[in-house]
Amino acid sequence: MNELELQAPFTKDKMRALRAGDRVRLSGTIYTARDAAHKRMVEALREGRKIPIPLQDAVIYYVGPTPAPPGRPIGAAGPTTSYRMDAYAPTLLDLGQSGMIGKGMRSGEVIEAMKRNGAVYFAAIGGAGALISRCIKEAEVIAYEDLGAEAVRRLTVKDMPLIVAIDSLGNNLYNRR
Amino acid sequence: MREIAVEEITRAVSEMAQEANVGLTGDVVDRIEVCRQEETNDLAKDILGQIRENIRIAGEENIPLCQDTGMACIFLEIGQEVHLVGGSLYEAVNEGVRRGYRDGFLRKSIVEDPLRRTNTGDNSPAVIHTDIVDGDHVKILFAPKGFGSENMSRVRMFPPSAGEAGCKDFVVETVKEAGGNPCPPIVVGVGLGASFDRVTMLAKKALLRPIGTKHEDPFYARIEQELLERINALDIGPQGFGGRTTALAVHILAEPTHIAGLPCAVNINCHVSRHRERIL
Repeated sequence: MNELELQAPFTKDKMRALRAGDRVRLSGTIYTARDAAHKRMVEALREGRKIPIPLQDAVIYYVGPTPAPPGRPIGAAGPTTSYRMDAYAPTLLDLGQSGMIGKGMRSGEVIEAMKRNGAVYFAAIGGAGALISRCIKEAEVIAYEDLGAEAVRRLTVKDMPLIVAIDSLGNNLYNRR
Repeated sequence: MREIAVEEITRAVSEMAQEANVGLTGDVVDRIEVCRQEETNDLAKDILGQIRENIRIAGEENIPLCQDTGMACIFLEIGQEVHLVGGSLYEAVNEGVRRGYRDGFLRKSIVEDPLRRTNTGDNSPAVIHTDIVDGDHVKILFAPKGFGSENMSRVRMFPPSAGEAGCKDFVVETVKEAGGNPCPPIVVGVGLGASFDRVTMLAKKALLRPIGTKHEDPFYARIEQELLERINALDIGPQGFGGRTTALAVHILAEPTHIAGLPCAVNINCHVSRHRERIL
């Protein structure tokens, strides 16, 4: 089992070297989006409009944080269950997104899109919202502010603990048998 | 008649919302630690260690354990000798939810319509179950419920011929299908009997029993133990990456039912199994 330090955003060749089961400490810039933001982004793309996340090599974290208490950039910020984004993820992967962070299993369509595009799916520990909050150094709402917790945020993270759940070859830590 | 001002209920609900979301009760914390010590899978042990660390950080820094601070599920027991004064009971409960979620910097996760999906902005309304009981006290049980695990819950209307075996298989299948999605290690609440509408409430209420307490009926205590063993042999493990710690506990709540039916509901809770109780 490898333990690697990674800096986001990262190019696909870095992604291709990762294997399911690898432990990763992620630093750098990532974006947040969950159900409502994904729906809105994919609808915008369908209508030929721009979306707030620069997709090339982007890492999207499926999270809806609690409000930031005074003196902190963000509140609790653990992953939400990823399968609800399965309907939208292939569209974004085909446009250059290289990483997804969430928890739980993914559909066959998402895994095929990952293999096609050399992308990786990371799991963060569900329910560890306070622990992960400490790894988030800056947070800024960059779009869809009306969605509240579901707004799109740009995060600066440091040493965020992740596990490679599904790698770019389709190896899947959820299917071990 | 004993008079209780509904403002007291508002205050209690607001405090419980904030307390429940930053700290687990000792029964849950202790069980997670026992499982961590007994876990033989290295990754599983490590994840349980991070879950323990998360509990410590949330308590020390007074921030929520999980970003899904839940839908406010509230069980009220109102003594029939109590006279509630100063306003509407349910409005008082919802005002407590609003205050608690605002003052505790908790996430507002409720939409006002299931299809049109506009956020209410204050986490109200709560789901409120009310029982009228003997006595002159009001008991409030507050359980914020995350939906990662709620979405993995199931209900089935079995024929009586399905029996104990059919219900047990359904519980195990439900947990197996959920896999890593509901944030294992989970707590499994099983409702049996009553009617279609009530059996799911029983499953939810079963989640509130302290972990480590035995079912008072030895028949169900045995079934709970057998289910826990079968579930922990599935090798789902913490977060779905393998290991023997898939469930912290299985709790059953059964009630009388119809000669033609055997309702069975499974409500899953994540390891952030939050609840608080207050008696006024």
